Amino acid sequence: MNTLEIKNLNVSIDGQAILKDFSLTIPKGEVHALMGPNGTGKSTLAKVMAGHEDYTVESGEILLDGESILGKEADEISHAGLFLAFQYPMEIPGVSIANFIRAARQARLPEGEDINAVEYYKELYAQMDSLKMDRKFTARSLNEGFSGGEKKRCEILQMAMLSPKYCVMDETDSGLDIDALRIVSEGVNHMRSDERGFLVITHYQRLLDYIVPDVVHVMFDGRIVHSGDKELAKELESKGYDWVKDEFVSASA
Amino acid sequence: MSELTEQDEAIQVDTEKGNFKYPENYEFDAGIGLNEETVRYISKVKEEDPWILDFRLKALEIFNKKPMPTQWADKDLENIHFDEIRYYLSKGQVPARSWDDVPDDVKETFERLGIPEQERKFLAGVEAQFDSEASYSRMKEDLEKEGVIFVGSTEGLAKYPEIFKPYFGKVIPTADNKFSALNSATFSGGSFIYVPKGVKLKQPLQAYFRINAENFGQFERTLIIADEGAEITYMEGCTAPKFETATLHSAVVELVALKGAKIQYITVQNWSSNVFNLVTKRGMADEGAEVKWIDCNIGSRLTMKYPGVVLKGKGARGEVLSIALANDGQHQDTGAKMMHLADNTTSNIISKSISIGKGRSTYRGQVHMPKHLRNCKNNTECDALLINTNSRTDTYPAITTRGQNNTVQHEASVSKVSAEQIFYMMQRGLSEGEAMSLAVNGFVNDLMKAFPMEYSVELKRLIDMEMEGSVG
Ligand SMILES: Nc1ncnc2c1ncn2[C@@H]1O[C@H](COP(=O)(O)OP(=O)(O)O)[C@@H](O)[C@H]1O
Ligand SMILES: [Mg+2]
Repeated sequence: MNTLEIKNLNVSIDGQAILKDFSLTIPKGEVHALMGPNGTGKSTLAKVMAGHEDYTVESGEILLDGESILGKEADEISHAGLFLAFQYPMEIPGVSIANFIRAARQARLPEGEDINAVEYYKELYAQMDSLKMDRKFTARSLNEGFSGGEKKRCEILQMAMLSPKYCVMDETDSGLDIDALRIVSEGVNHMRSDERGFLVITHYQRLLDYIVPDVVHVMFDGRIVHSGDKELAKELESKGYDWVKDEFVSASA
Repeated sequence: MSELTEQDEAIQVDTEKGNFKYPENYEFDAGIGLNEETVRYISKVKEEDPWILDFRLKALEIFNKKPMPTQWADKDLENIHFDEIRYYLSKGQVPARSWDDVPDDVKETFERLGIPEQERKFLAGVEAQFDSEASYSRMKEDLEKEGVIFVGSTEGLAKYPEIFKPYFGKVIPTADNKFSALNSATFSGGSFIYVPKGVKLKQPLQAYFRINAENFGQFERTLIIADEGAEITYMEGCTAPKFETATLHSAVVELVALKGAKIQYITVQNWSSNVFNLVTKRGMADEGAEVKWIDCNIGSRLTMKYPGVVLKGKGARGEVLSIALANDGQHQDTGAKMMHLADNTTSNIISKSISIGKGRSTYRGQVHMPKHLRNCKNNTECDALLINTNSRTDTYPAITTRGQNNTVQHEASVSKVSAEQIFYMMQRGLSEGEAMSLAVNGFVNDLMKAFPMEYSVELKRLIDMEMEGSVG
C-alpha cells in the first residue's frame, strides 16, 4: 500500500510506442534512480504519472498508495501526493514565486480556509535559506529569465513547500554547476524520510554521488532492462550505454 | 407622484423572454425610436433651458447624417437597430421586476462578489432606486465645505451653467463620432463635477454614491472640471455584472484639467454579453496638468472605447492604462488617443488585452505630434494574451510624429497561455480555471499595481470568475 506502483504500462504518442510494458515499484522511504540514454522515455514516464494528456495510455496501471491515478486530472494527482520536478520548468510571466506556491498551497485547503500568511512566509524563507536562494527571489516571476540552475532550485523549493508523498525528479541535475548540485542534493536529502518515496531520473551518475539511491534502474527503449544497487550507476558511468545495450538488451532480445 | 405608482403597476414583465414591456403612453417614457419629438420630449421632462434643447436637436441632426463607422470598425454595429431602442425612461419607472426574475448565475456572481443585499437588487435592476442617500449626503456635505460640486448632468446644467456650460461638449464635440452625437441628443444621468482651485480631494469620488437609475442609464453624460491645481480621482462602474435589457450603452465623458490640475478617471465595467458599449471619453490637459485614464473592460458584445487626452498646454501629461478581456462571442475594440498640441508634453499608453476562446481583442491607438512641437514624448505598449487557439487579436497603432526632439516608443507583444504552462500549474495542484486565472493575473500584474488597491482586488476576483467560467 505504501508504494508508488507502475504496472505493465504501455504508452504511445501519435501511434508510436514509447513505454513498453514498463513496471516499477517505489516504496516509501526509498530513493530509486532511473537512468537511461536520451529519448528512451524517461520524461514520458514522468509526465504520464503526473497526468499529462498528450500521451495515450494503451494499458497498464499506476497506483499511488493503492489508488489508481491513471486518467485523473493533473491537479487531482498532485493533491493525491505526487510531485514532478520538471526537466524543463515553464515560465509563468507576472506570477511571483511566492504567490504561485501560495496558490498551490491554498488549492490544498478545504473551501473557506485560508493560508496563514505569516507562517507561510516564515516557512518559505526558511526553505529558501537552506537552498541558498536570495529572498528577493520570491518577488520574481516564476522561472522567467531564470538561469537553468535557478529554475531547478525553484523546482526543489516548490517540492519542499508542497511536501508530497512521492517526488519524481526529472533530470534535476542538468544545468546545475557543482555547488548548486550540492545545495539541491542537500535539499533533497533533507526531505528523505520513511514517509516519502523518490524517483530520481538522471542521465549522469554524478548526481547519485550526492543523492545516494537505494536502487538504480537502467532504462532502454521504453522499459527497465536492468536494476541494481548504487554501484550499478558507477558501472554505467564508466562503461557507457552501449554496454547496457550489448549486455542486457541484445541478451533479452 | 401617485401617477407613478399607478404606472408602475402597468409595467408588464415578460418573464418568458426575460425582458420588459412598458406601456407606450408612459408619462416619463420617450417611446421607442429616435426623432425630434423624442428629443424635445426628453428636454421637456428635464425642464431644460432652451440652449440645451438646441444643443440636443443639433446633435440629432448630426447623428442622422453621420454614417456608421463600419468601414473600419466591427460590422456587428450594423446590428444596432436605432428605431427599436427606448431612449429615455425617467427614474420613477425603470425596471420593477422581481428578484426571482434575475437569472441564477447573476445572483451567484453577486454573492461571490460579496455585494450587499440592497445593492444587489439595485444592480440587477430589480430596484429602481438604491438608497445610498445617507452616505451620499454626508459626503456631499464634506465636499461642499471645499466648494466641490458633485451633481447629475441635469442638475449641473440647470444650477451651474456658468461653470459647466463653457466646457460642455467642448472636449468632445457633438460631431466627433456618430455615438457622441447620439449621446448629445439623448443624454441623461452621469456626473457633473467641479473641483475648485487648489482643492485636492484625498478620497476618490465614486459614481457609486450617486447610484440611481439615471446614473446607470444608457446615455450618461459626465463632465469633470478640475480647476487650477486641483486634484481628483473618480471611479466609475462596478464590478457586478450589469444585467440589463438595454442593449446599447453610449456614454460621453469629458474631463477638463486646468493648469497644474490632475484628474484620474477609473473605470471597471463588466457588461452582460448582449450589450453594445460604445463610449467616447476624452480629457483636456492644460499647462502642467495631468489626465490619466484607467480603463478595464470585461464582457459586452462589442465595446468600442478609445480614451484620449488632448495635451493642450506646455508640459501636460496624459496616460491611458487599459485592460480588456474578451470571452467567447465578445469583441473588445479599445485603445487610446493622444493629441500633443504643445511643447514638452508627454503621454503614456499601456494596453493589455486578453482573448479567450472565440473572444476577440483589437487595439487602436492614435498618437499625434505635429511638426512644430518640441520635446514631446510618447510611450506605447500593447500586449495581448491569447487563451485557446481561436482567439484573435489585432493591433492598429497609428503614430504620426514629425518635428524635432520628439520621441515615440512603441512596443507590442502577443503571447499565449500554452497547454504546457497550464499542465505545469496543474501539477502543483491548481485547477485548470485557477491556472488560467493565475496566468491572466500575471499578465496584467504590473499594470494592476497602478490601480487603487480596492479596484485591483475586485478586478482580480472578476478575472478569477471569468476564467473559471471559461473552462469547459
Ligand atoms: N509530445 C511528444 N510528441 C512526440 N513525440 C514525443 C513527445 N514526447 C516524447 N516524444 C518522443 O518519445 C520518445 C521519448 O522521449 P522522452 O520521454 O522525452 O525521453 P527521455 O526523457 O528519456 O530523453 C522520444 O523519441 C521523443 O521524441
Ligand atoms: Mg527527458
